Amino acid sequence: MSRSDVLVDADWAEAHIGDPGVVIVEVDEDTSAYDKGHIPTAIKLDWKKDLQDPVRRDFVDKTGFESLLSERGISNDDTVLLYGGNNNWFAAYAYWYFTLYGHDKVLLLDGGRKKWELDSRELTTDVPERPRTSYTASEQDASLRALRDEVVAAIGQRNLVDVRSPDEFTGRLLAPAHLPQEQAQRAGHIPTARNVPWSKAANEDGTFRPDDELRSLYESEAGLDFGRDTIAYCRIGERSAHTWFVLHELLGLPNVKNYDGSWTEYGSLVGVPIELGEAR
Amino acid sequence: MSTPDGCGAPAGGISVSAASGTFGGQAVVEGRVVHDGAPVASGYARLLGTGDEFVAEVPLGDDGGFRFFAAPGSWTLRVLAPGGLRAERSVQADYGQVTKVDVAI
Repeated sequence: MSRSDVLVDADWAEAHIGDPGVVIVEVDEDTSAYDKGHIPTAIKLDWKKDLQDPVRRDFVDKTGFESLLSERGISNDDTVLLYGGNNNWFAAYAYWYFTLYGHDKVLLLDGGRKKWELDSRELTTDVPERPRTSYTASEQDASLRALRDEVVAAIGQRNLVDVRSPDEFTGRLLAPAHLPQEQAQRAGHIPTARNVPWSKAANEDGTFRPDDELRSLYESEAGLDFGRDTIAYCRIGERSAHTWFVLHELLGLPNVKNYDGSWTEYGSLVGVPIELGEAR
Repeated sequence: MSTPDGCGAPAGGISVSAASGTFGGQAVVEGRVVHDGAPVASGYARLLGTGDEFVAEVPLGDDGGFRFFAAPGSWTLRVLAPGGLRAERSVQADYGQVTKVDVAI
């Protein structure tokens, strides 16, 4: 797998608007951006309403994923092109879901919604109608998802990459700075984790940095051992999906998992070790 | 106040024209971005920490507004908008204060 198999630029997207085999999907937490204007022919997925379990703390299961994609008119054979706001955080998270459930052809739009907007490319409020399909998902690929016990066992054993901002890593902030800071869980990070903020993998316009710079960022600067397995985490698992995309999809590292429970789970567990301050 | 409880910025931006000052002990940095006297409704505000470290980013609201919940200290605010427009300001935040930063680009 190479970069061009998983990542396309805005020119590619523009050239494939209306292509019957390509479904463009905007993924956001707050879909009001889609409602104000989106890439022509794009449908929307609401990260919370569509992709999270409404009761349990978990994401949509296999059956739910199948019904969602069938209802939105996505077929197993379609090439799904994902993009979104927040520098593609939620689009990368959705990319991880599609991969987890075995979708064959899934792509991420480099730079996402921001780059598209900053380029002043066309946005529309027209909502496409797609006929219903009968989508079949695979069982979740457990090699891509880390759960809490595996994370605790990985302390000192695997690469743990905390992709939150340095202030969240050290315990100065409990959440990204566009959110109120009232969360109740403990601050800090998982012992032995390296802090490589997701933002270091992206340019200011939201596009990904070149492969050689990314490799150097994680290997030389952060000291990750690329021979070891890796778990990435953040606060709720979407920024770490962005880093999972970099490590697993762009750089092709074989054993990289996203810990979607992330700090909101780990920082609320009773009795697990936590470190404050800089990485040790 | 409408704020997502996940990690995402309010994608449609926020309106700071509505009454603020109800954020308790939060260290709020907020303002509006204008160009030629008109609100910049399509663009982004980023908050940067020490060493230009990215902290957060929000899309501008219909009134050009943005709002961050920071921590006490010095921050850099950077604004990006279509047409290559950009601007940068230094800001100080503190708990219980709403620091207003209006930016003309």
